Amino acid sequence: MPVQVRIPAPLRKLTHDEEVVETSAETIGDAITDLESRYPGLQERLLDDDGQVRRFVNVYVNEEDIRFLQEKETPLKDGDEVSIIPAIAGG
Amino acid sequence: MKALRCRECGREYPLEARHVCEFDFGPLEVVYDYERIKSKLTRKSIASRPQTMWRYRELLPVAKEPTVGLEVGFTPLIKADRLAKRLGIRELWIKNDTVNYPTLSFKDRVVSVALSRARELGYETVACASTGNLANSVAANAAASGMKAFVFIPHDLEHGKVVNSLIYNAHVISIKGHYDEVNRLCAEIAGKYDWAFVNVNMRPYYAEGSKSQGFEIVEQLGWKIPRHTVVPMASGSLLTKIQKSYQEAVKVGLVKETPYSVHGAQATGCSPISTAFREGQDFFKPVKPKTIAKSLAIGTPADGFYALKVFAETNGSADDVTDDEIREGIKLLAETEGIFSETAGGVTVGVAKKLIASGIIPANDSAVLCVTGHGLKTLDAVEKHAGHTREISPSLREFDALLESDKELAATK
Repeated sequence: MPVQVRIPAPLRKLTHDEEVVETSAETIGDAITDLESRYPGLQERLLDDDGQVRRFVNVYVNEEDIRFLQEKETPLKDGDEVSIIPAIAGG
Repeated sequence: MKALRCRECGREYPLEARHVCEFDFGPLEVVYDYERIKSKLTRKSIASRPQTMWRYRELLPVAKEPTVGLEVGFTPLIKADRLAKRLGIRELWIKNDTVNYPTLSFKDRVVSVALSRARELGYETVACASTGNLANSVAANAAASGMKAFVFIPHDLEHGKVVNSLIYNAHVISIKGHYDEVNRLCAEIAGKYDWAFVNVNMRPYYAEGSKSQGFEIVEQLGWKIPRHTVVPMASGSLLTKIQKSYQEAVKVGLVKETPYSVHGAQATGCSPISTAFREGQDFFKPVKPKTIAKSLAIGTPADGFYALKVFAETNGSADDVTDDEIREGIKLLAETEGIFSETAGGVTVGVAKKLIASGIIPANDSAVLCVTGHGLKTLDAVEKHAGHTREISPSLREFDALLESDKELAATK
């Protein structure tokens, strides 16, 4: 079973309204490259000019923030679930 | 209100329920027509209005007259001479939002704006992700205005805060995880269900409500910006809005610009912003919270980046205090000023103490401490540290004997 990537509402125009897309990439960085090839424009929404994940974008692998893992180098395996979530305010 | 604008890239969006820029995920902010506001909002027009947060209505993001939370705000600004003496500063004020209406925290400010705006946009169901205070306020204000409410909280919240949401008949969903996980789930729920999520899709409006606390401080000081303000930080939103309120008060001509510093207070067990400040970073590293200050337990603070900018722009600073220092701060405030604050207030007092002791806030200056929520909500945190009762029979002889035998009581005889 490939890796499932959950796409947040602000980016769904790029994925033709798909909420979940799949990838077989082996790291987060590769997954973004892979998605860019199929959904052009996605990468520049997620990465800044230096190729780093934008400061207001939070990426999770199986509910864990990749900043607690290996950031863009975080490995992916079959069945993982990736979520892309904008930062939200306090409460 | 003119539009929503991305704080990062400046792209504009219509005044809808949306919170992030489609391009870079930057937060959206409300854009105002300050020239127009300047002609309507004067010290005189404000003085003629009721003493609530809505006396600054032109600078709050509603299109028409507000419909929710009409009595919120204008909480006391207390001159805290006894606490000032203990902390070693010339002049000290407490902005006492522990008595905000109706749910005893500053969150009533943001919620009255968010729900008034949600109504204007046609929503009947409101929701929030919360560390407790926001849940209480959404539940109460939704009940009072006949709206349906879903509130999402971490499973380990203080008992008082849970009951304080349930009693209003809100749907309280307890999530097995910490606040950042609640937040993540709510971002996904908000994408799926068409509700007004006050701190997700309503965030640009919601967050602006915090400015009212700053406007009130300035007015209650006799139209002066305080030299130092100490603000508790969870996501950092309140702190950035306090700065914005001072900037706007200057911009619309309510007050003369004088130097001011805005300082941030965190709990050591969840201190991504104060740690980044100490290390001279311009961005924080997320943490997993572990502190009794649950209302401040946000490990991925959405406005952390902007809070760090506030320190840089106002010559402010940030620091954090341990759980023991938080309890000491709560007790100190209660013993000297008769104000019982929740754990966040202990954080603010504790950090103010450190900043004054180290001279970052000079002893001959004046400071305002923002105390944002009531102590009855977080009894769990202090009940074992608040002292003990002495039990006797209803007998004068027993009382006399108690005064003789108890050293502490004997000293006050």
